[in-house]
Amino acid sequence: MSLISRRSFLAGSTVLAAGAVARPTGARAQSKPVRIGLLTVKTGPLAAGGIQMEQGTTRFFKDRNYTLAGRKVELVVGDTGGNPAGTKTKTQELVEREHVDMIFGPLAAFELLAITDYTAQAKVPVLSLAAAEDMTQRRPNPYFIRASATSSQNMHPLADYAAKELKFKTVITIADDFAFGHEQMAGFQRVFEDAGGRVVKKLWPPLTTPDYTPYLAQISGVDALVQGFAGSNPLKFMKQYRDQGLKLPVLGGGPACDDALLKSYGDEAVGLISCSAYTGDLDTPSNKRLIDGMVRDYGNIPGLYSAGLYINGQVAEAALEKTGGKTDDREAFNRALRAVSLTDTPRGPFTFDHFGNVVGSFYIRRCERKGDKLVNTTIKTYPKVSQFWTYDEKWFLAQPVYSRDYPPLKG
Amino acid sequence: MRRLALAAALAVLAALPLWAGGTFYINIGSQILLYAVFALGINILVGYAGLVSLGHAGLLGIAAYTAARLLNGGHGHLVAVALALALTLAAAALFATLALRGSGSGIGFVMITLAIGQIVWGVAYRWISITNGDNGISIGARPSPLGLSLASPAHFYWATLVVFLAALGSVAILVASPFGASLRGTRDQPRRMAALGYHVWMIRFLAFLLSGLWSGVAGLLFLYYNQFVSPQAVALTASAEALLMVISGGSGTLLGPVVGAALVVVMKNVASAYIERWNFVLGAIFVAIVVFMPEGLVPGAARLWRRAILQWTPRPSVAASGERPAR
Amino acid sequence: MSLWLVLAVNSVTLGGLLFLLSAGFSLIFGLMRIPNLTHGSFFMLGGYFAASLIEWGLGFWPAALVSGLLVAALGGVVERLVLRRLAGAELAQVLVTLGLSFMIADVCLKVWTGDPVRIDTPRGLQGVTTVGSFAFPTYRLAISLVAVGFAAALWLLMDRTRLGAMIRAGVDDPDMARVAGIRVSRLFTIVFCLGAWLAGFAGVIGGPILSVYPGLDQEMLPLALVVVILGGSGSLLGSLVGSFVVGFLYNFGQAMFPELAYVVLFLPMLLVLVVRPQGLFGRTAV
Repeated sequence: MSLISRRSFLAGSTVLAAGAVARPTGARAQSKPVRIGLLTVKTGPLAAGGIQMEQGTTRFFKDRNYTLAGRKVELVVGDTGGNPAGTKTKTQELVEREHVDMIFGPLAAFELLAITDYTAQAKVPVLSLAAAEDMTQRRPNPYFIRASATSSQNMHPLADYAAKELKFKTVITIADDFAFGHEQMAGFQRVFEDAGGRVVKKLWPPLTTPDYTPYLAQISGVDALVQGFAGSNPLKFMKQYRDQGLKLPVLGGGPACDDALLKSYGDEAVGLISCSAYTGDLDTPSNKRLIDGMVRDYGNIPGLYSAGLYINGQVAEAALEKTGGKTDDREAFNRALRAVSLTDTPRGPFTFDHFGNVVGSFYIRRCERKGDKLVNTTIKTYPKVSQFWTYDEKWFLAQPVYSRDYPPLKG
Repeated sequence: MRRLALAAALAVLAALPLWAGGTFYINIGSQILLYAVFALGINILVGYAGLVSLGHAGLLGIAAYTAARLLNGGHGHLVAVALALALTLAAAALFATLALRGSGSGIGFVMITLAIGQIVWGVAYRWISITNGDNGISIGARPSPLGLSLASPAHFYWATLVVFLAALGSVAILVASPFGASLRGTRDQPRRMAALGYHVWMIRFLAFLLSGLWSGVAGLLFLYYNQFVSPQAVALTASAEALLMVISGGSGTLLGPVVGAALVVVMKNVASAYIERWNFVLGAIFVAIVVFMPEGLVPGAARLWRRAILQWTPRPSVAASGERPAR
Repeated sequence: MSLWLVLAVNSVTLGGLLFLLSAGFSLIFGLMRIPNLTHGSFFMLGGYFAASLIEWGLGFWPAALVSGLLVAALGGVVERLVLRRLAGAELAQVLVTLGLSFMIADVCLKVWTGDPVRIDTPRGLQGVTTVGSFAFPTYRLAISLVAVGFAAALWLLMDRTRLGAMIRAGVDDPDMARVAGIRVSRLFTIVFCLGAWLAGFAGVIGGPILSVYPGLDQEMLPLALVVVILGGSGSLLGSLVGSFVVGFLYNFGQAMFPELAYVVLFLPMLLVLVVRPQGLFGRTAV
């Protein structure tokens, strides 16, 4: 008895071969246009941020008529599926098949961690919003540029504001139980406690938690609550918080009260004080253009994700102008990227430190109701904030990386 | 004739790095092969033992995480691989013991393996001190067996091809062996097998171990290919996709899982560049195959091929007895 | 002390929502012997439909009923066109529901985009109810009453109507039921539609608490699974008890062992499957 009948064998190998050969003839990479790859998430639970990333990118290139520094721009969009293995494959596709000159994205820290070694080896600059701290600290990638923020970069000024101006003495923190949440809360804790405050308890609900009541029941006896939720979770959490009848003032990270989320929020967000790298009421010409364009094209105001990609576009443009439009010399282009210094951007003026991380303004906003809309109103600006806050860089790097248990709770 | 076809296919596969058209496609080839190993392992249970598992990604993950931890702890590749496979086998034994309780098959088996898979995922996700949570674990360089570095895509592809052929060969031998026959017996007629004196539980248990072993091998290939492992590798969707590979290609056939792996990998990685709603298309293909070609692509294609041959082969118009032959 | 009280009350209210979610799943599993992996998608779809209906001016409760009907219609189409073709091949049916869940999730993403969608708490049920020195969200208490109401209605259906008798017969022994003249395949369609209606309705009821967003289907399905496995498939009492057990496990487990959040839910399910496969009250072994 044959193991493989000849017919099924032939049929099987035909299908296999057909699948391998039936790849399309993609446009051959021309030396003329600048090719930019966008790694985003268009399917699955992270899609909200990913879709906004693509919108912000498209908005920028439309504004520039797909031409930067005299060269045409070709944008190649890759959907990673929010999956590290998928991100790796998409990145390989962008680098090896599409021959991109630089990559915008990816969205999530775990996606970035899966590709950082590969892109560094291939010497492809990566301009990402992913907030993982060590990417620009203890395990830096020399081809990585981050114009948004590290996880804790906006929490340091928030803690400063909470301790010094709001005069809070004790807080409880709550955030998604993954690296982004850990790093945010750790950053808040360090600055808050150095200013004389105390973090009494740290709560870590899993990333997918339908019902926050077991955690809400443990929140009491402090001056304020600090939350660091991301994605759709801030909406779910704030609603359940208010429904539970809790009335403590709430402080939040960037994604917690993102401008793009305001259209989904209700009264539960009123009074929420957050600190973000981007704020819609910043009065710069580029911010006006971005907001008008987003409202016209997509019916919603921009938030961190779309503004962040728009800004990446501006960074790429500035670097291209510096190299005279040339991208063949990878090292020179990368140096030009890191040397970028802009003032008219949707997030205001910024430069990069020698790790490729942004040094720029961060905005403390309060959420208010104006008519039938919710808006974030800037109440204080912290200029020239680096990822190390006011700490000495060497000292900061000598400490362990921010994590779930570091800094440890006092007493 | 068959040997010629086999040799030709082997030559084509071995020469892939030459005709694939770029490192990207060589890497796709490596992915197809490594998932094919995974699917072949699962098929031992699904196709030949009739036990559907929705938790096998857990075994893949256990192998990958163990090896990752050992490698980062300074141990050599040989030690990491050996210990990872050993631990995976032990886990497979435990899972098999749990899953083969009760009715021992059918929906119960599916649910138990689903629950086990979810528990492994939960641990991978939350036991951060061991697995680093959702940030995952990165490893350094790929190994260099016998001095040949696997860092280049072509070399890694050939190494994967060797492992794949070993898997294919071992499953082929299993299927043709008496054990394979008794395994199919427990799938088709468990009570009769028991009455005949076969130890049905033990046969299924061994099949589970074997499939666990190959899942572990696939886990190691996964780790070395991506040089990274994270909890997403053990999520329910990972097990479901592996099942999709087996079912779509044709469970209970030798090449079915391979074709299925090629289909799913190509859909996810290549088609997603051209079809924006590829998730929907993947689901639709899945539904279509289950409804119209439930035996899978390979047997289904073979069936259609056979029918086409019958249509086109000239037949004698009158049988020897003088009657018209039946249609 | 107050922490435990809040958790205890919330266990009951969460249990109520879980009952609405899993009653349909239990019926389908018990009668048709398939774990309907599209159930989470039905839940999410119900929420999305209602959000749109409410935006177009419909009230909360009418929107809940209509969304349920829309999801039930979809369920009917799925059952007649797809599942019935695979009658008898339970495994194939399970896999088809899995494929369908991919498709539905992607369609929802396309239509409603990735941003979370808010459903306002119905007026009149907003705010908190204070009992002594404790405050509980009024809406959640209302959910428990709705759940109890539905439990009673479903019990009446199963125990006092001909349809219910036929369903129970089908759950106990489908072959004998056919011999006795019951049109089992028509029963399948009715039950699948009923289960889908319940899931869609539950999605709307849960909306003010959870909101609706991509990924909601994947979050809720495992919970339904655990409830039905623990309580026993095909048994309403099992779903009710299972819902409250899971509600308790969820609340107290998250509060006491947050690191083991998933293990706390799935380990009991695993134990039940291994030790007592028919669950606490189920009649048929899984």
